[in-house]
Amino acid sequence: MAMIEMRGVSKWFGDFRVLDGCTTRVEKGDVVVVCGPSGSGKSTLIKTVNGLEPFQEGEVRVDGVSVAARGTDLTRLRSRVGMVFQHFELFPHLTVLRNLTLAQERVLRRSRAEADAKALALLERVGLRDQAAKHPGQLSGGQQQRVAIARALSMDPVVMLFDEPTSALDPEMVSEVLDVMVGLAREGMTMMVVTHEMGFARQVASRVIFMDQGRIVEDVAKDAFFGAPQERSPRAQQFLSKVLAH
Amino acid sequence: MTDLDLGVIATALPYLWKGFAYTLELTVTAALGGIFFGTLLALARLSGTRPLALAAAGYVNLMRSVPLVLVIFWFYFLVPLILQGITGAERPPAVGAERTAIVTFILFEAAYFCEIVRAGIQSVPRGQVHAAHALGLGYAQTMRLVVLPQAFRNMLPVLLTQTIVLFQDTSLVYVISATDFVGAAAKVAQRDSRLVEMYLFVALVYLAICLLLSQLVRRLQRRAAVVR
Amino acid sequence: MNYHWNWGVFLQEAPEGGVRYWELLVAGLGWTLAVSCLAWVIALAAGVLVGTLRTVPGRLLPGLAAAWVELFRNVPLLVQMFLWYFVLPELLPPLKRLLADADPTTAQFAAAVLCLGLFTSARIAEQVRAGIRSLPRGQREAAAAVGLTTAQAYRHVLLPMALRIVVPPLTSEAMNLIKNSSVALTIGLAELTFRARELGEYTFSYFEAFTAATLIYVAIAMSANRAMAWIERRVAVPGYIAGGGR
Repeated sequence: MAMIEMRGVSKWFGDFRVLDGCTTRVEKGDVVVVCGPSGSGKSTLIKTVNGLEPFQEGEVRVDGVSVAARGTDLTRLRSRVGMVFQHFELFPHLTVLRNLTLAQERVLRRSRAEADAKALALLERVGLRDQAAKHPGQLSGGQQQRVAIARALSMDPVVMLFDEPTSALDPEMVSEVLDVMVGLAREGMTMMVVTHEMGFARQVASRVIFMDQGRIVEDVAKDAFFGAPQERSPRAQQFLSKVLAH
Repeated sequence: MTDLDLGVIATALPYLWKGFAYTLELTVTAALGGIFFGTLLALARLSGTRPLALAAAGYVNLMRSVPLVLVIFWFYFLVPLILQGITGAERPPAVGAERTAIVTFILFEAAYFCEIVRAGIQSVPRGQVHAAHALGLGYAQTMRLVVLPQAFRNMLPVLLTQTIVLFQDTSLVYVISATDFVGAAAKVAQRDSRLVEMYLFVALVYLAICLLLSQLVRRLQRRAAVVR
Repeated sequence: MNYHWNWGVFLQEAPEGGVRYWELLVAGLGWTLAVSCLAWVIALAAGVLVGTLRTVPGRLLPGLAAAWVELFRNVPLLVQMFLWYFVLPELLPPLKRLLADADPTTAQFAAAVLCLGLFTSARIAEQVRAGIRSLPRGQREAAAAVGLTTAQAYRHVLLPMALRIVVPPLTSEAMNLIKNSSVALTIGLAELTFRARELGEYTFSYFEAFTAATLIYVAIAMSANRAMAWIERRVAVPGYIAGGGR
């Protein structure tokens, strides 16, 4: 069974069509990179997976559970889907440690001790254990994003969503975040990643989705995407020539 | 110019203090109650439930369009009648100006605090709500654990400033003859025909307290600005 | 609730003779508007002056302007009303002698106008100061660079923009002034709220009287909003601050 399954997902803002009949599957252990020009609907698409963006038509299923169905316990579903945001969205009024334990305690009902142990182990893993007592505002952008990844992992998610995780970072901090993500991918985490980092896509992606004007234009294996550009659609070729130029 | 008789103030001090204590009680109760109900109103105004949002907006706009003096009169006559309706008593109970004033100020200030809290909630970036939802926190948890703590931190100076305004506004209970600080002073002033001394004294006390408090708020604001 | 509404009360004749109650309410509204309008003129003139002085170079003038604002902001309006009406004539015997022969209404009206005008001026001064402060620094420097004196810079460059910025906050100050004018009933001025209470006391139709006054205040607030929105549109500068729209 597919981990994520989307069928004919469409969304409008008034008359403007943000998503147009998007259909795709993400199998367990897949790493799918979603790319495309800005405004093409990439972020909106992955936010439909955990119900942050409602949609009017179609269906999204995560591990067999329909996101939009009436009876679905959305908070339960969300607690199983980790998400990393472009602007980190750590909670500024809480310490780094509390950022990782809040949802563990309140949503998963873990004890304080259990949550702390889990949080510290994850901070160790992203190399930030010694920053646990600080507030997010005291960390660099790259450190904040690593904390955000650890926060998402603290919920033991079955899928991880990344929404342009490196595009708000200074260039010298991009690699420390990508390294963590590559590590995750190698361990077999199911991931959907909106990014322009084609190096990351080449290294670990199993598939690449290219979007334009709310539509999924390409949905192919990584090797086909990068290896046979002449077979790609004109829009994808144009996009690739721009992002690969440097 | 008449000679000032400061002895009048000294002899009246115990009575004035009683009035002042009531002013403080009214201010603190109205601020706490107003912030509590104001927060509920703000959540209602921002809720997706249209009838609820409209009702809250209507209440807030009504309260904010009418002079406080008129609102005080409204509740002075309304509160006993409502209590009679609840208890089924034969005559409206005698509630007293001091107690009706507390109800009045809580309900009136709730409208003003609502707008402050609403702005505070809106000052928290949407991404924070998304992040909380993505972690599986529900609406109530998101508000209580993520949005409101940040909102209250952002709006603390404005809340305190509004409380200083409230502290001054409580003097208007004079119009229903409640004995607050001004009411006590006015009673002494009329009894002893010493209006000049009493009213100047009252003005100086308010000026000193409010200046001090607004300095404190300003210092707090500067400190908050550095932290961010 | 056991309350018997009697809307006919407005058509009854008042004990003062020859007039009906609704006419007394209208007369009260007349005083409310008269006090508010005159006080607004004072408040605007003094407020713009004091607010401007708070931003000029030097120490003396900004210091005096700040003292003005603190003085009128930190004493309750009711107490200020008492000071103007009861205390000031006692401190100035010539004024007291003058008032002894005058119609008490004149003294009430004058005290209310001065009190509300200066009270409101402090609030307007704060808005004007904030408006001037919000202008980019470069504006002041550009004015100096083309050879304008400080006074000319304020007159032709800074104030025209700052005053446009403060139109929306001034709307609420104008409405606050109208509402605050009800405090004049404490010195006996027969404005709208005074008349409503009086009607209640004479007829025991408190709630009819208060309802009528409430509706009038709401109507004033709504028309003040409209008027200020119109002014905002009229003075909007193309390409700068959203003209009229919110």
